[in-house]
Amino acid sequence: MAEESALEEWRARYERAAIRDERFATMSGVALAPVYGPADAEFPGVYPYTRGVHASMYRSRLWTMRMFAGFGTAVDTNERFREIIRSGGTGLSTAFDMPTLLGLDSDDPMSLGEVGRCGVAIDTLADVHDLFANIDLASITTSMTINSPAAVMLALFVAHAESVGVARAELGGTLQNDILKEYQAQKEFVFPPRQSMRLVRDTIAFTAAEMPKWNSISVSGYHIREAGSTAAEELAFTLANGFAYVELARQAGLGVDDVAPRLSFFFNAHIDFFEEIAKYRAARRLWAKWMRGHYGASDERSWQLRFHTQTAGVSLTAQQPEINIARTAIEALAGVLGGTQSLHTNSMDEALALPSEKAARIALRTQQIIAHETNVANVADPLGGSWFVEQLTDEMELEAEVLFAQIAKMGEGSMLEGCIRGIEENWFQGRIADSAYELERSFNAGQRIVVGVNDFTEGNDEDELATLRITNEDERKQLHRLEKVRHDRDSDAVRAALTRLASEAADPTINLMPALIAAASAFATIGEMMSALEGVFGRYVEVPTL
Amino acid sequence: MSVRVLVAKVGLDGHDRGIKVVARLLRDAGMEVVYTGLFQTPETVAAAAVQEDVDVVGLSMLSGAHMTLAPLVVQALRERGSDVPVVVGGIVPPGDLEELRSLGVAAVFRPGTSGEEIVNVINALAAVAR
Repeated sequence: MAEESALEEWRARYERAAIRDERFATMSGVALAPVYGPADAEFPGVYPYTRGVHASMYRSRLWTMRMFAGFGTAVDTNERFREIIRSGGTGLSTAFDMPTLLGLDSDDPMSLGEVGRCGVAIDTLADVHDLFANIDLASITTSMTINSPAAVMLALFVAHAESVGVARAELGGTLQNDILKEYQAQKEFVFPPRQSMRLVRDTIAFTAAEMPKWNSISVSGYHIREAGSTAAEELAFTLANGFAYVELARQAGLGVDDVAPRLSFFFNAHIDFFEEIAKYRAARRLWAKWMRGHYGASDERSWQLRFHTQTAGVSLTAQQPEINIARTAIEALAGVLGGTQSLHTNSMDEALALPSEKAARIALRTQQIIAHETNVANVADPLGGSWFVEQLTDEMELEAEVLFAQIAKMGEGSMLEGCIRGIEENWFQGRIADSAYELERSFNAGQRIVVGVNDFTEGNDEDELATLRITNEDERKQLHRLEKVRHDRDSDAVRAALTRLASEAADPTINLMPALIAAASAFATIGEMMSALEGVFGRYVEVPTL
Repeated sequence: MSVRVLVAKVGLDGHDRGIKVVARLLRDAGMEVVYTGLFQTPETVAAAAVQEDVDVVGLSMLSGAHMTLAPLVVQALRERGSDVPVVVGGIVPPGDLEELRSLGVAAVFRPGTSGEEIVNVINALAAVAR
């Protein structure tokens, strides 16, 4: 029997898809097909998904405009969330402050000056209640960008939702929970790598069993790229980390098809337009091939790499900040032409401060222009078949395979071991720092122009933008709030919950999520829960290298 | 004798791309660079600066905590009897520049500062300090 061609398979899938009520034509009235290409081409929605994971792509559903927000107290951020929903944002994404990201309470001495600065300050369940007040968590998806304390935050989120009557099974969203890239790039680690992976394992197993609509990990290349990697390194390291999580879940007794469909990805959209598009196309193809070929996944959802995109923070300039709107628009367009499932556009003022409300609104409007005015969402993978883009896609794929082979070698065949040893041996960190330095040298040597920085600088002295100011007032407010929660709670219940957590942490066969949810519900602070774990797991200290 | 610089990350900010790039630029310019790693406190930075007898301390700050932490580093150095100049690089809003200077920060390198400028300013500060 002849195998169904990709074109036939695509057509069958497209015909089954629900299509938005929209006229798919150019501005001048030329009718548009959902996708273009010869009969022997690859097609979207068909393995290996180079051209997109859905046959109908944005004709069924536009990408989620998921704007990352968080600052000050939970009350402040709740107001911003509700403003995002009113402005047409379709998903929430929570930015936490540094103490929260490192599992410290606001009143920890190390938190001084950082409370509510670059994200929202969360200490206890009381803050999570404030953060999501008057937001229906059953009808909007929520992404939480947190890693070392990811399991703790998931516990707080579940405890909050259930206290307002939303069952955990109803919760849709994503926990970033990608600890490997913390050691490689973002450097917000607490416990040593292997102990951290125990917590990741527990969240994977817990969400697989109890939270069917939840993505357990957002495997993130964004931070790897922001830390200075090349596009191919971002691609390869991210997918390798994804493979590592699949192997971790298998060690925990889950099947590849139990875990792979719950992994989503997060990539950077940098300023090199075509290279980024090729990167997304190669990512989908590589993931599909590895999941099916190497890991034996049989569920097609395991083969489909879905991803969130954020425009490149590092590409923004402090000089003439308004021109960052143009950079962000170009980067966002690359994400859309590359078939992203959700998108965050940076605000023009982010090389100066946290975004002001106006700047954040302009960033969202930029996505809305791409979605509703440009017509680019009418046709799937519009650059597929371009000789240039196809070859660049193949080159990205090849470069990534070379890096996969190096990582597998470090792990003696295991990507999980390879990723952990690569961290322990500083291999990832060294490569990323080398790439960052090479790029910087080319800027300093004048080989690359950055508009407003090393050329076209007229206008740099004009009036500065009005930026968001976070005052120490927020820190004081948060400290009061925490003090009150500590005073009002049942301290015996907290002590008992923390004792249980520590004793279960010492037994690696136990899933820690139930103990964490119990501690969160008793109003234990994040710092207390993390300390209880640290007592068992220890703390990671990176050997400083230059 | 070559200029000695301590580069440091104070507080919880883990963004270390900038500090590593700048450290290598300074090394390429012939300076000796000491890096003590992430999550330092003002006290550990000041102690290392005194012990290593550096000419300049450079702080990399991208999380918004510069107004709190940079002056504490200056203070911790002065309490140890050191008058070594402190410079800051990172996301510092223009409105904070004057206050940082009044609190004893010798120079601030905002995004987009060239490697050459950083090297020149550090050389000049080291020359004055000697």
